[in-house]
Amino acid sequence: MRRFLRPGHDPVRERLKRDLFQFNKTVEHGFPHQPSALGYSPFLRLMAIGTRSGAIKLYGAPGVEFMGLHEENNTVMQIHFIPDQCQLVTLLDDNSLHLWSLKQHGGTSELLEEHRFTLKGPPGSPPSATQVTAVLPHSSREVLYLGTESGNIFVVELPSFRVLEDRTITPEAVLQRIPEDNCNRRSCELVESLREHPKNPDQILIGYSRGLIVLWDLQNNKATHHFLGSQQLENLYWQRDGSKFISCHYDGSYTQWPVSSDNRQPEPLENTVPYGPFPCKAISKIYWQTTKNGLPYIIFQGGMPRASYGDRHSISVIHGSQQTAFDFTSRVIDFFIIFSSDPAAEFDDPSALVVLAEEELVVIDLKSAGWPAVHPPYLASLHCSAITCSHHVSNIPLKLWERIISAGSKQNIHYSSMPWPIDGGTNIAPDPPQRDLLLTGHEDGTVRFWDASGVCLHLLYKLSTVRVFLTDADPNDNMNTLGEDEWPPLRKVGTFDPYSDDPRLGIQKIYLCKYSGYLAVAGTAGQVLVMELNDEDAEHVVDHAEADLLQDQEGYRWKGHEKLKTRDGPVQFEAGFQPFVLVQCQPPAVVTSLALHSEWKLVAFGTSHGFGLFDHQQKRLVFVKCTLHPSDQLALEGPLSRVKSLKKSLRQSFRRIRRSRVSSRKRRGGSGNASEVQEANAKFDQDALQEMELAPVQRKIEARSAEDSFTGFVRTLYFADTFLRDSSRHCPSLWAGTNGGTVYAFCLRVPPAERRMDEPVRAEQAKEIQLMHRAPVVGILVLDGRSTPLPEPLEVAHDLSKSPDMQGSHQLLVVSEEQFKVFTLPKVSSKLKLKLTALEGCRVRKVTVANFGSCKTDDYSENDLAVLTNLGDIQIISLPFLKLQIRYPCIRKEDVSGIASCVFTKYGQGFYLISPSEFERFSLSTKWLVEPRCIVDVPEVTSNNHVHKSGTENAARKSSPGDCGEDERKSGRLMEHALLNDEKVLKEIQSTLEGGR
Amino acid sequence: QFGAEFRRFSLDRYKPGKFEDFYKLILHIHHIANLEVMIGYADVHGDLLPINNDDNFFKAVSSAHPLLRVFIQRQDEVDYSNFGTNTLSRKKKALVALRNDNLRRRPHINISMPHDFRPVSSIIDVDILPETHRRVRLYRHGCEKPLGFYIRDGTSVRVTPHGLEKVPGIFISRMVPGGLAESTGLLAVNDEVLEVNGIEVAGKTLDQVTDMMIANSHNLIITVKPANQRNNIIRSSRMSGSSGQSTDSTASHHSLPTPHVLQNFHPDEMESDEEADIVIEGGLEPQHIPKLHSLTSSSLSRINGSSLSHRLQRDLVLNNSSGRESNGNIHKLLSSLKTDPRHSLVIPRGGIEEDGTVITL
Repeated sequence: MRRFLRPGHDPVRERLKRDLFQFNKTVEHGFPHQPSALGYSPFLRLMAIGTRSGAIKLYGAPGVEFMGLHEENNTVMQIHFIPDQCQLVTLLDDNSLHLWSLKQHGGTSELLEEHRFTLKGPPGSPPSATQVTAVLPHSSREVLYLGTESGNIFVVELPSFRVLEDRTITPEAVLQRIPEDNCNRRSCELVESLREHPKNPDQILIGYSRGLIVLWDLQNNKATHHFLGSQQLENLYWQRDGSKFISCHYDGSYTQWPVSSDNRQPEPLENTVPYGPFPCKAISKIYWQTTKNGLPYIIFQGGMPRASYGDRHSISVIHGSQQTAFDFTSRVIDFFIIFSSDPAAEFDDPSALVVLAEEELVVIDLKSAGWPAVHPPYLASLHCSAITCSHHVSNIPLKLWERIISAGSKQNIHYSSMPWPIDGGTNIAPDPPQRDLLLTGHEDGTVRFWDASGVCLHLLYKLSTVRVFLTDADPNDNMNTLGEDEWPPLRKVGTFDPYSDDPRLGIQKIYLCKYSGYLAVAGTAGQVLVMELNDEDAEHVVDHAEADLLQDQEGYRWKGHEKLKTRDGPVQFEAGFQPFVLVQCQPPAVVTSLALHSEWKLVAFGTSHGFGLFDHQQKRLVFVKCTLHPSDQLALEGPLSRVKSLKKSLRQSFRRIRRSRVSSRKRRGGSGNASEVQEANAKFDQDALQEMELAPVQRKIEARSAEDSFTGFVRTLYFADTFLRDSSRHCPSLWAGTNGGTVYAFCLRVPPAERRMDEPVRAEQAKEIQLMHRAPVVGILVLDGRSTPLPEPLEVAHDLSKSPDMQGSHQLLVVSEEQFKVFTLPKVSSKLKLKLTALEGCRVRKVTVANFGSCKTDDYSENDLAVLTNLGDIQIISLPFLKLQIRYPCIRKEDVSGIASCVFTKYGQGFYLISPSEFERFSLSTKWLVEPRCIVDVPEVTSNNHVHKSGTENAARKSSPGDCGEDERKSGRLMEHALLNDEKVLKEIQSTLEGGR
Repeated sequence: QFGAEFRRFSLDRYKPGKFEDFYKLILHIHHIANLEVMIGYADVHGDLLPINNDDNFFKAVSSAHPLLRVFIQRQDEVDYSNFGTNTLSRKKKALVALRNDNLRRRPHINISMPHDFRPVSSIIDVDILPETHRRVRLYRHGCEKPLGFYIRDGTSVRVTPHGLEKVPGIFISRMVPGGLAESTGLLAVNDEVLEVNGIEVAGKTLDQVTDMMIANSHNLIITVKPANQRNNIIRSSRMSGSSGQSTDSTASHHSLPTPHVLQNFHPDEMESDEEADIVIEGGLEPQHIPKLHSLTSSSLSRINGSSLSHRLQRDLVLNNSSGRESNGNIHKLLSSLKTDPRHSLVIPRGGIEEDGTVITL
């Protein structure tokens, strides 16, 4: 009965739990998935990005971030800031308009939706009558001009969104003033662009799709000028002084028009097709920026020659004789120029070009020679190559931190030194309490080091393992080898490059020792690299060893990929982590577990066939152990992805077909072989049909047996100095847990430091534990005499941890997917257990020991297990008594890739992917909470003064600390919900994750 | 035509003698010397096993602790197929089948009786469950047979205060031929799964329930609502009024916080039923540390059984004292025992001494 008798509510413990645990989703790191709109306020110096799932995110100075979500989850089509206000208007693809405000509350600013509005036409009118195509927030801040498909321009009052019907500009009114021989009713269909005169707020420029442009006088309600363009209009732009404007067109041309009081129907000054004479693509947006030296900057999107460069996503910058067409890695969503916003200034004097592409944000410094890119402090494209694994290291020693930064800065020399130009708002969050690193492994064989200490996830250093191997791809096929006379003058910018040259290079496991600077990295083709941090460039030979994990097993045939070929001779490495040892597992199956002991200088690695121990000091393989069950044929034949599991549901298989189609379509741009694609599609269809016959969805109830597949798959490896043989002597040991519920323990003899090179490391199997429930072992941990988990290697040596209690008896905690079990040591007998799956039907996916500090007192902290289950719940389980403390729903259970990508920190925070390009950060701790706290000051709203305010108000920003808004957190959850509701998003996340395997 | 009678006599435990003698003794004691009878006993697991030769007689006597419960049936009423794989609790199904359709009685197959038996399944907690539900325990210790069934999602209709309501449910979708689940005959396709080892499955997904069942596969107890309700135990109306009984029998469990605790399912028993992990020291030959399973489980079920035996006595006495001389056989007696424990105590507790594992219900 004990099980069912809940421990009575201990009020003291309950209170303590409240002081220790608290669940928050705090911030989203990375690049928004599927951005669809961009906006910028020169007044607030804030940038806004809208997404296809209806989110808007505002970014200013590093750390200044706001997020909002439209309830409709519809695509954000346009974002417009209200001039000189902390307000913005969004237009969604359902034709609804939303007014958002930044409001101060409790010392921080919050982004709130204030009003929503949908333009309604007279009864019986077609939907196109009110379909909004252009939005102009007037500088009076009182009205919004809405151009529509019908050619009507509606005027709505702000903030009430009341339609001022008497002020509607109808095509009929426009046509009254225009000679009929040039125009007819059709000329005024679809308003393409609305632009307010830069000097005279009573005049607006109206551009219709068919080429007619009209200057409209708001006071007198009449057209003062009209301009007859012959080409379909794309966009308009006023020059700063209002004497000229520029229009860009569908045929790839742009035209300058003069505006003078004497000529009511002027002819164009200049009509240019910059990439002519052959047919060109449309120029969809154009800027004309004046400078002191007289030479303007002409910056436009598109316009490339259709036939040869029609597939490029380009933005061209022309300044005198300089011309560059920046060639982006993905579709350009929108762009803006940062220029002098002071209305008194005579020239625009542009400083930066900010481009939102579909997969990344690129900022170009227009002030420096050569127009270099600026390194963004946020919005990093995490997915520039698909993320295959992640590893978090808390509390990095300053020395290592500085060395990593210095290695990274050498990689970033081609970036501009310009300070980040989008610097609105003030970050009032306290400095992060410690330096945290998030390491992401990628499909292309790189490891990226991110500063995860604060709100801005910032790339510090990028490590590539490719150089060690010989791959088909020539590393020197550079894109920047264009000659002087190349036309158009394309220049690749951006880092997004999702196509891996060789999937075997993919990184699967990472282990960094923060005290010694040793890094172990393991990959898809059984490669294990041990690296050391070196501050200088170096050329050296990488020692190479092979670990035959099948040993004496006979008659097995590996049908998977081949091992990677290594480069002979010395290899040149840049400053940073440089590999000195390479161990290649044989068969070259994906490395499934990795452990590094920097004090003993040992690295352990496991695959689906077994595990091995390598002495990286003596560069000698200590031992290998084959964990394969003789009947397990599947493990021998190839990588996991090849195995067709009957458990796969119909839905999954459908998803897979669709994904395969998507990916084949995606690669069409490359050297895609059509017949190959077709063949692949046919194969997938066939597979899907086969799986369909198994419907309806049912699950087999069968006890696990020793003969199941992948029982030998090594899930976890753990080094511990503990009592393995007898209770009087402790010794180094290596523990390994398999998918079939087996735990192996090896007793290690590591020679003392002075004879470390002379005597070999010896290992002897001491124990083998077969859990009867045979569930995969996902975690092994030894608790010391005080029931505290053993410290990390070198932790004690660096005075960062108390030395473990070697007096009291140690305990072994084995975490399987189904149970937590504590055993005594050295004699292994079951002491305590928590049967999670039998009770709740959920399985352990991730488990870590986390330290939780009390928010009330500084002197109390405890270690607990943070557990993520397959249902996406997070549970905190106490140590050593295995009592469930608290449970929070975190990730949707359908979000398989989110769950698979989750990584916990040592202090109760965590990260998981909500899209291929975004990490959600969450916190379980009351003490360690990293979330944006920022403030954007609202300027005094003065009467109807519509002249742009001077920048001086910008400078006068104050900040006062306070509590962070609950709403923001709420919206974070909503956001995630929206993303995950999107079937496409899910598919894409999954494809990125699975694609890596 | 036997009435339910209860006699107690002693035998020398260590020199039980021959079956022939025992048989005669039985007939003599019961004054039924002119009848062909079949003698059975309840073994440590509560299974009804036959006594028909010297060997199993010896086994029966030696395993009795301290009493040997012997059941005597008329030879021609014995359904041989019920021996062997079936437990006593299985009997009642056979009984129902007999009652419903006498023509379908299987022909006797006279084969020699196996010597020893292991339970593979049982129906438990009949007294506390609604009669439309059935709680089935599948034993898998050492058994090589696969558990062998599939489950699926479906919809079920519930009676709620607001009328009938459709709710999602989990159903058995398929049986693996030759599997344990099929061989018990206690589970069938389209049975709705209500609980797994005492945990309600309502609100849980198919995958969760799958995981729970697999995690409990060494000792799986599932509560089902059989699709075919005709085979349910029919509680005679005579007894239905005394529903207060169940409170008596479950009084000891009333302090439980969870309403859906298995009544006859002691958690400690679950622990002991689980086979312990195997630890191999120094990479030598496997040393099995596990406690002897049968030993612990029997000792525990004895504890369990003691309260049952009281009930059993009561009912036996009741049947006798009411003077009903029906032609009820041992099956009927047992079924009434199991389904209708009542608390009209005619003879105070302990009036007739009896102890030991009797029946695992």
